[in-house]
Amino acid sequence: MYSVLANLKPGERGHVAAVDWDRISVPEGRRLRELGLVEGANIELLHRGSLFLKDPLAVRVGRTTIVIRLAHAAAISIAEGSAA
Amino acid sequence: MTSAMPMIAFVGNPNSGKSSLFNALTGARQKIGNYPGVTVERKSGRAVLSDGRPLEMVDLPGSYSLTPSSPDEEVTRAVVTGHQQGERRLDAMVIVVDASNLEQHLPFALELIEVGTPVVVALNMIDMATRDGLTLDAAQLSAELGVPVVPTVAVRGRGIIELIAAIETLFDGSPHPIVEPAEHGPDVDRQLRSRAQRIARATTIGEPPERRWTQRLDAVLLHPVLGFAILLAILFVMFQAVFAWSATPADAIDVGLGNLGAYLGDAMPDNWLRSMVVDGIIAGVGAVVVFLPQILVLFLFILVLEATGYLTRAAFLMDGIMAKVGLSGRGFIPLLSSFACAIPGIMATRAIADPKDRLTTILIAPLMTCSARLPVYAIIIAAFIPARSVGPGIGLQGLVLFTLYLSGIVGALVVAFVLRHTVTKGASAGLIMEMPRYQWPRLADVALGLWQRAWIFLKRAGTIIFFSTMILWALLSFPKPPAGSDVSPVRYSLAGRIADNLVAPVVEPIGFNKDIALALIPAMAAREVAVSALGTVYAIEAGDDDEEAARALGPKLAADWSLATALAFLAWFVFAPQCISTIAVTRRETNSWRWPALMVAYLFALAYLFTGVTYWAATALGLG
Repeated sequence: MYSVLANLKPGERGHVAAVDWDRISVPEGRRLRELGLVEGANIELLHRGSLFLKDPLAVRVGRTTIVIRLAHAAAISIAEGSAA
Repeated sequence: MTSAMPMIAFVGNPNSGKSSLFNALTGARQKIGNYPGVTVERKSGRAVLSDGRPLEMVDLPGSYSLTPSSPDEEVTRAVVTGHQQGERRLDAMVIVVDASNLEQHLPFALELIEVGTPVVVALNMIDMATRDGLTLDAAQLSAELGVPVVPTVAVRGRGIIELIAAIETLFDGSPHPIVEPAEHGPDVDRQLRSRAQRIARATTIGEPPERRWTQRLDAVLLHPVLGFAILLAILFVMFQAVFAWSATPADAIDVGLGNLGAYLGDAMPDNWLRSMVVDGIIAGVGAVVVFLPQILVLFLFILVLEATGYLTRAAFLMDGIMAKVGLSGRGFIPLLSSFACAIPGIMATRAIADPKDRLTTILIAPLMTCSARLPVYAIIIAAFIPARSVGPGIGLQGLVLFTLYLSGIVGALVVAFVLRHTVTKGASAGLIMEMPRYQWPRLADVALGLWQRAWIFLKRAGTIIFFSTMILWALLSFPKPPAGSDVSPVRYSLAGRIADNLVAPVVEPIGFNKDIALALIPAMAAREVAVSALGTVYAIEAGDDDEEAARALGPKLAADWSLATALAFLAWFVFAPQCISTIAVTRRETNSWRWPALMVAYLFALAYLFTGVTYWAATALGLG
């Protein structure tokens, strides 16, 4: 089953199946990769925004936790289960 | 080898404990400056080698790679490759990595090793990794990387001697060529990462557990409702502390300077020199140091919250709301600081990565009601607003004060929204940041940070505030009226003439009289000066006690001003850029006159408009 990171619920896990880098600016894409968000990385959605707003997201990527906005999370496809 | 002191740089990812390690090596004797032409801080210090030779060290800004995405990272790259203006070529580098997060920190380390400058890797926070159940093989890591590796625990000072010894072995006397690192595309990133992964797995025994403590705390502190409530509670305590803890030292400073002024006033002959010393220099120094206690308490809170890792959480919690007007959660702390004083707030915007986001935050910072406005609000509200109740537990005076604060915040949000769609237009930048694990702050690091912040404030803001006070003193003191003239010296001075001939005609339509026009000029040094300036023009004998003077001024104003004028005066102080220091700091932090000019223009326009609307509406309602 594939989904997008933006649609995950807190507690849901998976791994990054594909990233549409064209939808993310060059420096921001690089920053995401530097933080470990690359194809194959294991992820878990931890938190979504505060109050009534569901943006931004706190995502565990490997051993790191990163903050990312919905607009970027929509470009990241997630597959179930952990990557080899 | 030349006789010059060897030059070492500390490089590493953010959250690698790099600065703690740097502090542990250099101690408190650090120099803080700026790299030329950019708003990036340069932190340097010295250590001593075993043979007594000194060593110069710089702490480079935390970076993720040598392909820069921020001014900080540009400086890191330039220093590493030897292109940074004002920085010597490096003799060696210390690469700091978090032992329990090798996979994340090794890609940058690998990239740095390839540059060719001799390096030693500090395997930092090794105690945390051990506590997590990891065993790290430093010798194996050293073999894999081909460079020396030293395990360290910066917060306990462990491994420091070994690190210095390892640095010493790096100076082989031969010059090393520098390999220019290539720009990163996705392929290079992936390649580096898979190498890092392989090395991390080969040198780490034990599966790293997830950070349970951090996750448990986050379940509460990042809860959509509870977490937000806790944030508000923390902010409430912080503001109470900023005002309550600083009241006593600030009063003491005030009294001390008042006594000094009175003493010198008695001791010196009555001439322009006495006036310059008492009304210029002492008043100027006073304007700076009176704010120091507040700013210290504010910095203390921010430093502790930052060291624990909570500040990133605060940014996370606020980002959703701030994104609605085109800002980001990173702007939250600078804006919050601006409630104490816009100057440290504007200085703190350096943490915002996106330049347009940062610029917008700087431009709206003066709309946060800074503490210098409180004395002005207090005297006008006390004089004009009756102290009656308008509901259970709600006093009319408090309600007016709250409205003034709220007007500033709402104004700021609207201005941010407009700016983001006009002058600072651009795609809404993302918010991509790492959330560090929670940590106990190390007292020595906080103390050192507080000392450095305070020093920077005194040096950068202090000189600006001091000189603007001096210039205003000169404007208000010269020329002197001829002997026997019954015109007050203030009115006769250059400032008085500017006020009467240039300012008054402009502000009379919005309800201000000539006395207010005159008070507005000295208030440019600091807003609270408006109170004493009004005292001067209404010829209140101030004596030594500010409070007494303020009490005497209230009834005088109430008799002389209409309610409409008083409300207009309050509205003016919500928006008007009545502070030269803020303008000067904006110039400094944006490196151009264009942005402070825009800031001054829009703030005066808003102030004029809102003061006018307030005055005309109040007059129409029969309050004139």
